[in-house]
Formats: sequence, C-alpha cells, structure tokens
Amino acid sequence: MHELSIAENIVSLVAEQAERSGFSRVRVIRLELGAFSSVEEQALRFCFGAAAQGSAAEEAELDVVVVPGEAWCLDCNQVVQLAERLAPCPHCGGGQLQVTGGQELRVRELEVD
Amino acid sequence: MCSVCGCGSGTPSVSPVATFGHVDFGAGPAGASVPGLTQDRLIRIERDVLAVNDAQARANRARLAASGVFSLNLVSSPGSGKTTLLVKLIEQLRTAHAIAVIEGDQQTSNDAERIRATGAPAIQINTGKGCHLDALMVARALDRFLLAPGSLLFIENVGNLVCPADFDLGEAHKVVVLSVTEGEDKPLKYPGIFTASDLMVITKSDLLPHLDVDLAAIMAHARRINPAIAIITVSARTGEGMAELCAWITAQARQNLRTAAE
Repeated sequence: MHELSIAENIVSLVAEQAERSGFSRVRVIRLELGAFSSVEEQALRFCFGAAAQGSAAEEAELDVVVVPGEAWCLDCNQVVQLAERLAPCPHCGGGQLQVTGGQELRVRELEVD
Repeated sequence: MCSVCGCGSGTPSVSPVATFGHVDFGAGPAGASVPGLTQDRLIRIERDVLAVNDAQARANRARLAASGVFSLNLVSSPGSGKTTLLVKLIEQLRTAHAIAVIEGDQQTSNDAERIRATGAPAIQINTGKGCHLDALMVARALDRFLLAPGSLLFIENVGNLVCPADFDLGEAHKVVVLSVTEGEDKPLKYPGIFTASDLMVITKSDLLPHLDVDLAAIMAHARRINPAIAIITVSARTGEGMAELCAWITAQARQNLRTAAE
C-alpha cells in the first residue's frame, strides 16, 4: 500500500504551499498520474481521505489527469504512445519498447479559496 | 484524446469497463478533469509527489559516490531467495570487497541475523506496515555504517513486486530477483519493477528439472517489458551462474566508481 506514503506526500506538498501562499483550504488538487506509474488510483483516493484529515487538504477533491504512456520503439526508432503497458508498437507492431514516459506522479495545480 | 475512456472525443464520459468478469482498476482512468469550473485562485505547483524522496535519494547517491561505495537495491516477491543469494554472494565476493547489507522487512531481524552470521555487517530496517524502503530509511541506516572505499552495499528491499519500483533509494542499480517457481508471466503482471531494474537474476535454477516452467519464456517476457535488461540465471544451492553474477557486480562496481571519480 505505498499509496499511503504517496498520499502523505501530497498532503505535505499542500501544507508547504498553504504556508507559502497564505491559503487555508484547498478545493481541488489536480494531479498528473502516468498511465504506467505503479499507483492505483482508487487506493490513492482511499489513502488520501485518511492522510488529509485535519490538514488544509481535508475537503479537497482529487482531480486526476492521466498522462498517456510513451515508449521508444527499438524497431522503428521513434517515440510512440501506448494505450496500455503490454500493447505493441502502434506503427510497426513490434514489441521492443523501452518506456520513456507515463510514469509521472505530480501535483500540477491547486484550486484554493 | 478523452482522458477518461480513451475515445476520440474531447468530452469526458463515463468510463466503460467492458470486459466481462474482469475488474481492471488499471485501465480507464476515472477522475474526469473538468478544468475551469471554479474561478477560485489557481496555484500552479508542478511538483513531483515523490520529490522529497527523490532529493534524499540523490543525497544518498552522492554520499555513496563520495565514499567510493557501490550499491545495489534487490527487489523481488517474498520468498524469491534474496537473502540466500546474498549469503552466497558475500562468501564469494568478500575476498575482494568489504560488504555491508541493509535488510528491509516489515517485521523481525531474521534476515540481518542470517547476514551477520557470514561476518558481514547488516542493519535491519523494520518498516512496520510499510511495503517498501524509502530513501530516508536508507540514509538513517547509512549513518550507522562506516564503509571503506571499494565496499559493496546490498540493500535488500521489502519483499514486494509493486511498491519498491517507485522509490529511488540512491542505489547504482535496481536488481530484480525472480525464482523459477514464480512462473513465466511475473514480468508481464508486474511491469513496473522490471522496467525499473537493470538486471534480473533468475534464482533456484536447480529446481528446473522438477518444474514445467519455461525459462526462455521468463526471459522473453522480461525483455518485452524492458529490452535493455540484463539476465543471469543462478542457483545459490549448486553455485550455477554465481561466477557470472559476481563478475557482473564487480564490473559494474568498477565502472560506477570510475564514473564517480571523473
């Protein structure tokens, strides 16, 4: 359940930002989540509910924006987008794919009161 | 592309979970993004959620490089044979290198005791309910070692094929350990950890004659997930492949220390 550590990290990021920017309540936390990251969204939401208790993020909605998976195809020598981790190259059908993107886990922005 | 269901429309719609009898939490991202609904203050942050861990991992890496220590982070499921493998590696590498071990487990110091029985220093980290080691835990363990230049540091992560993939500890390489009894399709089922690793060690090869497992299929699946991954097959019991593994570690350590010195 590493989603709990991740949820705690999100809450600390918000707390740090609340101090810096002088807000007390966050309405929306917009997260970028890579399609190939090993974070399970529902588990993250569950853990966030617990981790945010008593913090500026307590009532915040988690808005998750999924970043598509991306890989370098060793057969056709280009970056390609992959709909899922085990999909073949959409151009040449090859299976020699080195993942280059879609592992993100970032807080993009906050909507605050 | 629609961020919810992958359709061509720009309007998010309800996520279809179509395949009968298959609940796939990994597909069809649910949280629909509807930006611009509120006119409240918008604060752009653009910060990696694991930035704190990653910063500590960079500090660990710099500290290890400065003291001339080469480190490997061993990740696997519970029971793959990491500790037995480490005991054998220590026996074979200790004439050429000082060796230290950080052991991660939820509970008990059994593994650290097995390592200490070889004469190598070991620090046990108990994560309680935690499912992975993080860079701060490793930094605290490093405070308790005095590692000579040229030392090898093995970090045995908590047995888990999922979570340790995301947490950089400051190691030179992640090494995924997979035993032949775990079946051929683990790389396909748990791609994150095989993507993050530079070497896969397939253990318990002495059991192959008793199993229906297809060794070539394990390798093909790992390479499908990570075409650049190195693969070494070993048996800690018979010693098969151990010389090759020791040679890989020694060569990587030499290269790593040379790079650090430049």
